[in-house]
Amino acid sequence: MSGEMEFVQNFPCFSIMFCMFAGIVSSAFKEKMARIVNVAVLTLNILLSAAVFLYVAKTGVSYVYVMGRFPAPWGNELRIGILETGLALFFCVIMLLSLLGGRHKLVQEVEEGKQGLYYVLSDLMLSSLLALLYTNDLFTAYVFVEINTISACGLIMIRQNGRTIEASVRYMIMSLLGSGLFLVGICMLYDLTGHLLMSNIKMEITQIVAEGAYRPPLLVTIAIISVGLAIKSALFPFHAWLPDAYGYSTVSSAAILSSLVSKGYIFLLFKIIYRVIGFDVFHDSKIVNILFIFALMGMVFGSLSAIKENDVRRMIAFSSVAQVGYIYMGVGMGTQVGMVAAVFHVLSHVATKSLLFISAIGLTDVSGGSRKFIELTGSGYRNKCAGVAFSVGALSMVGVPMFSGFISKLLFSQAAVQNTVKMLPTLIVLGISTILNAIYFMKTVIRIYTPVNDREYPTVAWRDNKVYAAVLFCFVVLNILLGVCSQPIVDLIESGLMMFA
Amino acid sequence: MGANLFNNYGEAVAMILFVIGFGNLMLQSNLIKKIIGLNIMDTAVYLFLAEKGYISGRVAPIVVDGIQSTEAYINPVPSGLVLTGIVVSVSVSALMLSLTIRLYQRYHTLDLDEISLRLKKEGL
Repeated sequence: MSGEMEFVQNFPCFSIMFCMFAGIVSSAFKEKMARIVNVAVLTLNILLSAAVFLYVAKTGVSYVYVMGRFPAPWGNELRIGILETGLALFFCVIMLLSLLGGRHKLVQEVEEGKQGLYYVLSDLMLSSLLALLYTNDLFTAYVFVEINTISACGLIMIRQNGRTIEASVRYMIMSLLGSGLFLVGICMLYDLTGHLLMSNIKMEITQIVAEGAYRPPLLVTIAIISVGLAIKSALFPFHAWLPDAYGYSTVSSAAILSSLVSKGYIFLLFKIIYRVIGFDVFHDSKIVNILFIFALMGMVFGSLSAIKENDVRRMIAFSSVAQVGYIYMGVGMGTQVGMVAAVFHVLSHVATKSLLFISAIGLTDVSGGSRKFIELTGSGYRNKCAGVAFSVGALSMVGVPMFSGFISKLLFSQAAVQNTVKMLPTLIVLGISTILNAIYFMKTVIRIYTPVNDREYPTVAWRDNKVYAAVLFCFVVLNILLGVCSQPIVDLIESGLMMFA
Repeated sequence: MGANLFNNYGEAVAMILFVIGFGNLMLQSNLIKKIIGLNIMDTAVYLFLAEKGYISGRVAPIVVDGIQSTEAYINPVPSGLVLTGIVVSVSVSALMLSLTIRLYQRYHTLDLDEISLRLKKEGL
């Protein structure tokens, strides 16, 4: 390592290490201590990521952080650009908010004595997410994908009932299918190129493609890796595990899983597209078209399943299937503009979905704990904060101006207009999906604001749970911020994607 | 094409095993058989790596007799990857097995479809 390195450059490595050690140390602590360590580590990570973000934004170039003393083709590296640090900052904030917002449910739903473990798992989860964002080494990415899977599985099953165990088994099976494909894909890439570092693989692949050699193996490799990561991030036909896992786990887990875990894999796919395979090679391989078709199907069928659902948590979970479809649609368009839209939708979905899960829990709590729509009638009056927050989330998902969802839909349609072949299907499905979204979200919002007089449920004011109210407030602000100040964020995403290449 | 397949029969076997494992993990309804499928799948990847990493006539890169030419040794990275992979797969299998035990204690069956059916009836 050269002596001119600035201290800030160490921070990404520090934040991964801090999370991991916090997880290890917390397993020996009592619950309260584990909780404090968790909050401290998350806050520290927010500060560290913000510092790195500012540093990278100032210098305007990405940098490579060498782990250990082995130089490029052999050693392990982190690579830090504007998009990586921005997402790391965003993920840490959302994770902190989700954990704080679901804390009162955690105490009720998880057995005494196991709550400490919850914080251990979330520390590990954060470390693996950060490593997935930062790493420049494919095999390291694979190891952290598995760590992520294991901790996600723990987050689902920590609330012990038959449903969650079954859900976590199903989740585990699907994830293992995905990571098995991912692993074999990496091995084939290693076999083709002789490297594990992303930048070196890309150089080799550019050469291979220029020579026109190894076409079938390269195609198969790209397909296997894309499908593996699509399975793990619950793209449409692979989403069977999702409603149970998001619907029955404790609310913080549902928020973290739906907003962060699947996005970690999606971001890894973005990185592989740009930094390993190369955008043009990926585009020419026609795999994008397959992703595109599945994405469109997901957007429609996910929404249809959500409409049929009679359970609010499962409805939000099915809406995730549709939203993941949106993201893959952006990837599937095969244009830079489409990718920008996809990245923006990642941000928008992260902010909105966690808001919806956290606010839905406030509504079900004032409806006797029932998640059925009939019981939720009028709950928006009984818990005003949660009602307003849920409405904001719902409006954002539908795509009403002022909220983040609108901007992503706008970006998707702009991207669609630039792609002559895929314009018509994209716009039609976008329209259908928006209408379907509106049907089930507006149905819920109208339901929670329909006055009833014959129910004897308690009314909750914001003063009764100040942390919860503050968390909801932060989420709403975040959402409106994404919706109103979208232009600088889109610019940042564009420059981040430029730094990728 | 046929000749290549014959020359690389180790890789071909690894891929066939991978598909067998993958199919079992996906399609079997018995949880133990699923876990066996998982292990076959992972082992197939290690076979693939080992097969790719070995060059006949060369030895592991440990210098004992002073020969320092790279021509004499194999690349140690694939073996390292196999080791890492084994660690990951052991922990994942252990987690799956513990989940299976949990489910068996609760429902007295290993059939995942039947468990789902019962959960629907419970209507939790």
